[in-house]
Amino acid sequence: MKMKLLHGIAAAALALGAGTAMADEDAELVINGDLEIVTKTDAPAHLEGAVGEIMSGWRFRDSTTQVMQMDDFDNPGMIFVDDARDMWATAEGSEGKSCMDCHGEPEDMAGVKPVYPKWNEAAGEVRTLQMQMNDCRENRMGAETWKYDAGDAVAMEALLASVSRGMPVNVATDGPGQSTWEQGKELYYTRTGQLDLSCASCHELNYGNMIRADHLSQGQVNGFPTYRLKNTKLNGIHSRFKGCVRDTRAETFSAGSPEFVALEMYVASRGNGLSVEGPSVRN
Amino acid sequence: MKRTTIALAAFALGTGMAFADTVAPGNVAFDGYEVAESLTGTPGDPEKGREIMTNKSEGNCISCHAAEAYADVPFHGEVGPMLDGAGDRWSEAELRGLVVNAKMAFEGTVMPAFYKTEGFNRLGDGFTGKAHPEDKPVEPLLNAQQVEDVVAYLKTLTE
Ligand code: HEC
Ligand code: HEC
Repeated sequence: MKMKLLHGIAAAALALGAGTAMADEDAELVINGDLEIVTKTDAPAHLEGAVGEIMSGWRFRDSTTQVMQMDDFDNPGMIFVDDARDMWATAEGSEGKSCMDCHGEPEDMAGVKPVYPKWNEAAGEVRTLQMQMNDCRENRMGAETWKYDAGDAVAMEALLASVSRGMPVNVATDGPGQSTWEQGKELYYTRTGQLDLSCASCHELNYGNMIRADHLSQGQVNGFPTYRLKNTKLNGIHSRFKGCVRDTRAETFSAGSPEFVALEMYVASRGNGLSVEGPSVRN
Repeated sequence: MKRTTIALAAFALGTGMAFADTVAPGNVAFDGYEVAESLTGTPGDPEKGREIMTNKSEGNCISCHAAEAYADVPFHGEVGPMLDGAGDRWSEAELRGLVVNAKMAFEGTVMPAFYKTEGFNRLGDGFTGKAHPEDKPVEPLLNAQQVEDVVAYLKTLTE
């Protein structure tokens, strides 16, 4: 039986080389001519035995899509970043404060995005950047919280990502957040739905392979939020998770749910060492 | 009025009888990873099998498997092996087993079980992302005759 299978695989490898349009997996990402982005590097220690090298989703896109991310004028995601800059400086809520009143310039927040999701000692929980933003809105500004992964929240996350571009993702896998991280890991390897697939089925075992017309990446989140040509808007991490889980014919979790917070923490840590890249461009 | 009712009843019974020969997903008899007995008793139609395998809303085997035999259909996946020659490599009973539940042959494979209705985790209602309603019967990914059609087509993939 093994023999037959090997034969089939060899034949597949032979025939496929020809037809499929591949991304240029050796291209390097430099934004605006000077900002070097690490899109491929050694996997973090916790992935030993699973993945040797980690790669940004950018490497798996075709060259037209790749080029859009090399210049901020060509990156549609940057329009949302500009909107968020305005929001950053706009006072809102009962306290009449803006983000800027407490945090200064958006650039002063460089280094924040790479370590999220992270443990919040006072709250006793792991928080995503969007959860933290909403905490500020509610408790420091007296403003309404933003809907998870919806327009304003994703745009602000994109602004905070953009000022950290080029910095290495560095999500803690130990310490008080470890149990959440473990929960995320469990979810990553759990098969769901009638197709009975886990994240690992596609993004660990099959990255680099085509699944119908899609070139499977490692499903990294260092590029989020991503501007997708498919729906012409910025997309949050949890929305992407939802889409992937739905595609296994499963009942998904919702954006902002504890399950997706844990999964985000774990998936983000699989990209420890890649550069923050958001807002990225994907198809 | 009476007449129609009786006629309808007869019709319903008729189809019921045809279905009686169909092996339900829970009753498929595996010998190892092989399934010798046809699921319907009706020979599969290879033409239909090809359509099912290459159609996105049916078997969608093409999303994972390429084959010269259906090279005219665009976008072949690479997740599974190429299927040319599968009809030489495997017997009909083996192929039926592979389509019904490939996990019987390949432990932990990513290939979905196409004729199975139980044992799923967080089963959804198709591609809606919502939970599958408790009171709605679970449909296998392919029905019994579709499995037979696919097996018949796979048998034609010889080298
Ligand atoms: C049936 C296959 C499949 C499964 C299972 C799956 N994905 Fe995906 N995923 C895709 C495809 C196809 C894409 C689009 C191409 C790409 O970037 O890989 C994608 C894209 C992504 C992306 C976007 C990457 C980028 O750089 O833009 C992330 C993040 C992701 N998946 C995470 C996950 C997680 C987490 C899970 C499990 C909860 C999961 N996926 C399960 C098929 C799958
Ligand atoms: C999500 C991916 C996926 C889908 C969808 C899928 N397969 Fe597979 N299939 C595989 C993989 C992977 C293998 C190899 C077994 C392994 O190593 O797990 C395989 C193996 C096979 C084999 C034996 C391979 C050989 O040539 O020796 C046959 C036959 C087969 N599949 C037929 C089908 C048919 C028919 C369908 C649709 C009704 C289908 N597959 C759908 C992934 C898939």
